[in-house]
Parts: sequence; structure tokens; C-alpha cells
Amino acid sequence: MAEIMYWEAIRRAHDEEMERDPLVICMGEDIGVAGGTYKATKGLYEKYGAERVIDTPISENGYTGVGIGASFLGVRPIIEIMSVNFAWLAMDQLFNSAAKVRYMSGGQVSAPLVVRSAGGTAHQLGAQHSARMEKVFMGIAGLRVVTPSNPRQAYGLLKSAVRCNDPVYINEHELMYNMKGEVPDGEYFHPLEGSEVAREGSDVTLFGYNISLHWCLQAAQTLAQEHGINAEVVDLYALAPLDRAGIAATVRKTHRAVIVEEAEPAVGVGAEVMAIINEECFFELDAAPVRVSAANVPMPYNHKLEKAAIPNAADVVAAVRKMLGK
Amino acid sequence: MNVADKKRLLREMLFARRFEERCYEAYVERKIGGFLHLYPGQEACCHGVLEAARPGQDYVITGYRDHVHAIKCGADPKEVMAELYAKETGSSKGRGGSMHIFAAEHHFMGGYALVGGPFPLAAGMAKAIKMKGGDEIAICFLGDAANNQGTFHESLNMAKLWELPVLYVCENNLYGIGTRIDRSTAVIDQYKRVSGYNIPSAQEDGQDIEKVFAAAKKAVDHVRSGKGPYFLELMTYRYRGHSMSDSNAYRSKKEERMWSERDPIILLRDRLIKAGEISKDDYKAMDTEILDSIENEVIAFAESSPEPRVEELEKYVLAENDPWVYGGGR
Repeated sequence: MAEIMYWEAIRRAHDEEMERDPLVICMGEDIGVAGGTYKATKGLYEKYGAERVIDTPISENGYTGVGIGASFLGVRPIIEIMSVNFAWLAMDQLFNSAAKVRYMSGGQVSAPLVVRSAGGTAHQLGAQHSARMEKVFMGIAGLRVVTPSNPRQAYGLLKSAVRCNDPVYINEHELMYNMKGEVPDGEYFHPLEGSEVAREGSDVTLFGYNISLHWCLQAAQTLAQEHGINAEVVDLYALAPLDRAGIAATVRKTHRAVIVEEAEPAVGVGAEVMAIINEECFFELDAAPVRVSAANVPMPYNHKLEKAAIPNAADVVAAVRKMLGK
Repeated sequence: MNVADKKRLLREMLFARRFEERCYEAYVERKIGGFLHLYPGQEACCHGVLEAARPGQDYVITGYRDHVHAIKCGADPKEVMAELYAKETGSSKGRGGSMHIFAAEHHFMGGYALVGGPFPLAAGMAKAIKMKGGDEIAICFLGDAANNQGTFHESLNMAKLWELPVLYVCENNLYGIGTRIDRSTAVIDQYKRVSGYNIPSAQEDGQDIEKVFAAAKKAVDHVRSGKGPYFLELMTYRYRGHSMSDSNAYRSKKEERMWSERDPIILLRDRLIKAGEISKDDYKAMDTEILDSIENEVIAFAESSPEPRVEELEKYVLAENDPWVYGGGR
């Protein structure tokens, strides 16, 4: 098993799927000749040519619609939207066309495309380049939403998403493209539903996804070493649909839940996981579930303010200690 | 277009007219719900263009005024009516409604209800056709008001940039919902608006099906021969309001009368009568036969069909039993 970077894992998935199926194409801003902002499509233009590795104009709603229309006829587009902030512009086509076409055609037409986008807060990118939009995507029926927390998932989720017959939105992260991790040498298909226990524990469950999973893992280490608290960490790599059974299983085991999200709290992953806990296993709880979320502000430019606006591992430790009275 | 073609087109257009008028009645009777956008007045546009193309093979997409386009592509009128009646036997199994008629087996890829939404979808279908190496084309029918959406400009740019085999047909009926074109649009002649993208275009009388056919033939030939996109503007008029909830109070009687004198069906009928190809009685007999078939076949089928089962509410949201959801296993 080789250790490669997150961007390399995504690039490898593109390459293998394009090699296998001539109807797999990729589209996006700067992904071809320039090789992609995050290098996720590096070298593909040279290998597969301009017809299949398409540098698009800066027309997010337009080229997303082109990808959707192509997918109606069996093409499998992988669309990179350079920043999730620009994906707001493509929501009309993604939500009104891709997510609904199977249903409103009574199953006659489907939109099997993949949209990948980099979300999250990076370094002082300000209010219009720091959006965390996963909560918007996960509320739309007909759309699958996954979010890889490591290179293995980044590779395996894209592999499965390309072959899946539903539209899949892959929520990546600005700060994670250079993260290293082990990826199987052979082909690997990660499930598009479910969750993973990233760390076994018994006292409390920390739910994270994408970057917040790493805050949870750091916090779990501190909690074990410094406070004698054995936290379980669950990776919600699938945000739509959420893994109801997996969420209930871990809460039945630990009886406590903390949900950690990089986004603002309102109508978010934390709210949704709490609702599932209430519906599935309320009487298993020993404490009221808590969410650790971003401040409800447009992202500030100032570095100190920016840091204060998003949660970190210390915030997770503090939330757990408060819950357990330790 | 020979005489037999003209007679057939007269019949098809009259069928479309009577079908839509019957929808109106069914809506008033509350048999049809939701929004209903009717096509009378514009029949020569759809029939003239698709007559010049290959309905059933070329990929067609449009907005929410979509019943007639679907039928001309090959959709069974019974299934279209059953869809309006929200029945399981409907073309979209009662899940779509008037604005979302689909007939994928006839390459009618749907009616869409966001104004301007189909522009990029059509370009995408053209991209797929080009990749697969077929000689079909994509045809997108939309109204003039859709051209004020960003998708119009984004799609024309990409269609030309990538020389995609797509024909954009603008059915210019002079109104965007209830706002007259000169009050919403800086440039009235829509075909002029595409010159900025280097796309060839033309404007034609949309009421005379022979003129529509000739203009569309040129347009279709251009696109099918691999020369890239084309934009055809057809000047037309809808007799009813934008939808059934539109009182139609914004148009003058004089204007309506002027357009009704250029009715596409009457124009063709009178031409055929004058040429001695049909008689007034032939036309009346045809009309009666159409009305009877709509009542006895189309409406009867819709009325007698079952509704979808509530147990199947969530069917068609996602693909069923897709192995890749589970990592390729199961």
C-alpha cells in the first residue's frame, strides 16, 4: 500500500476511470492545459486530449448544465468546480436539473455525473472564498453527497461516484490536497453510503467528516492522554444519505455524542445528526448531544478573527470535558 | 414538402390544437392540476422545425410548454394526457406533470420549468452526440424571454467554442409571462443577439409552416453537417395566457385579432382548399374524427388509468440497487 497525497489519489481515480471508459470526461476551470488548481487533473489533458479534458469558460451554471445534458446520453462527466463558493452559481442546474430529472421523468432520464469542489476555510481567503456548503447540498433529494477525509477515501469515493447512476457531489477541502495517506495499490471502490469508525472508544462519540474528522482525532488523543476519556471517533464520509444505523450504533455504545462541523450551525450536519439520534436512540443518551460549529459570521479576513470563527481540536476537548464534567 | 406531407401536417397541427383545448377543459373541470401552459397559436413552430429534422432520433428538449413537442417526437398522446391527469400510466408515471413531459425512447428529453434551464442541457446532449460520433443533432425549443437568462449566453458561448451540433429554436411569442418583449428586452430581434457569438441565425414567420420548414431545413442541414450551432427565431403568438392562472389582460383585442387572422392551421387549410387538395367538408370530417379520437381514446385512457401508489412515493429518487453505492459489492 503506497502513501500518496490527497490530490494524487483524486488524479489516479480520474486517470483509471478515463482509461477504462472513453465516455468518462472531466470539465472545469483551468483543469486541462493548466493541470488544475489542485493538480487533481494534472497530465490528463496531455494523455486524453481537449475533447475529454475540457477547460471551460468561467460559467459555472452553464458548464454544469452541459455536463448534466451530456450525462443524459451516457457520458460520465467529472466536473471540478474550482471553489465551492462558485458552486452557488451552479445550484440551479445541479438542484433543478440533475437532482430532479430521474424523479420528474418517472425514471426515464438520469444524470449520472460527479461534481467535485473544494470547500472550507483556508488561509485568509475572506468572506466569498471560504464557504462551507455541504449542508446545502445534503438537503436536496436526488443528490448524493460524500466528503473524503483522507486520500484512500478521496480515491475510492471518486471511483464509485463515477460508476454510480446517481448524481454525486464530492465535497473536498482547500487545505487537504497535500495530506498524505495510504491508498490500496489495486483498484478500490469506497461505498457511497455508511460511516467509518476511525477510532474505537467507549465514553463519548465524536462525529466528524472531512477536515473536522481530524480535529476529532486530535481531540480524542488529548482526551485519552490528559483527561482519561476514551472517545470513539466516527467518520461521516457520506452526508447524504447519512448513516442512520451507524450513528445509532455508536450512540448505543457510548451514550454521548458531540458533532463537529466546520460550517455554521444552522440547518447543518450537527443539527441533522442530533435529529437522527433523537429519532433512533434518544433513550440511550446519558447527556444532551452537543455540536461544535463555526461562528455564524461571513468569514473575516483578519487571521485572528478567522481562527476564532472556526472550531478546532481544543474546542472539541472543551465540549467533551464539559459534557462529562471532567 | 409534398401535398401528402402538408395534409398530414395539417392533421397533426389540428390534433395538437384540439388536444390543448381539451386540456383546457379538463383543467377547468379540475381533472388536471398544477400549472398548465398551452400551445395554441404556435403549432407551426414545433411541427415545421421537427418536420425538417428527424423526430424520434434527434434529441429534443424544451421548456414547460411541452405537450406538443413531445407528441411530435413520438410520445403517445394517451400517455401525455394520462400524465396531465397524474396517472401511473402517464409519460412520467404521474411524477412529472404538464411541465415535465418526457419520452426518452423517442429522444424527447423533457420539459423543464426553470426558464432558460434547457439551454446548457441541449449543449451537453450535443457534446455527447459528438463524442459518440452519431449524426443526430440536439434541438432546444425555448421562448424569447428565456434569452434574458445567463444560461442563454453561457450556452451559446460554449456551443460555438466547441462547435456543438445543437439547434436553438426561439419561439418568439412576444411575451415573457405577462410582460411584452419591448418592456423586458433591449434588443427585440432575438436572432441579432447571437451574432456576438459568431453563430449563424435567421428570423422567420412562425405562423406559416412552409416558411418554418424551409428555414428549419437550412438550420438543421447546417448543424447536421458538422458546422456547429445555429439559432432560428420564429415569430409567433400564443392565444391563451402564459398559463391557466394568467388572466391575459395585458394584451389588446386588436393585437389578438391581428394574430388570429394568421392562424397557422387556417393558413395551411385555406392554402390546401384553394389548391383543390382538400374540401371544407374534408377538413370538417378530419376535425370531427380528431375530436372523437381525443375523447374516446386519449381522455378515456387518462380517465380510466390508475393513480400511482403511495407506497411508491420514493421510487425514482435514486437509482435502484446500484452496486457502486456499496463499493461494487452486493
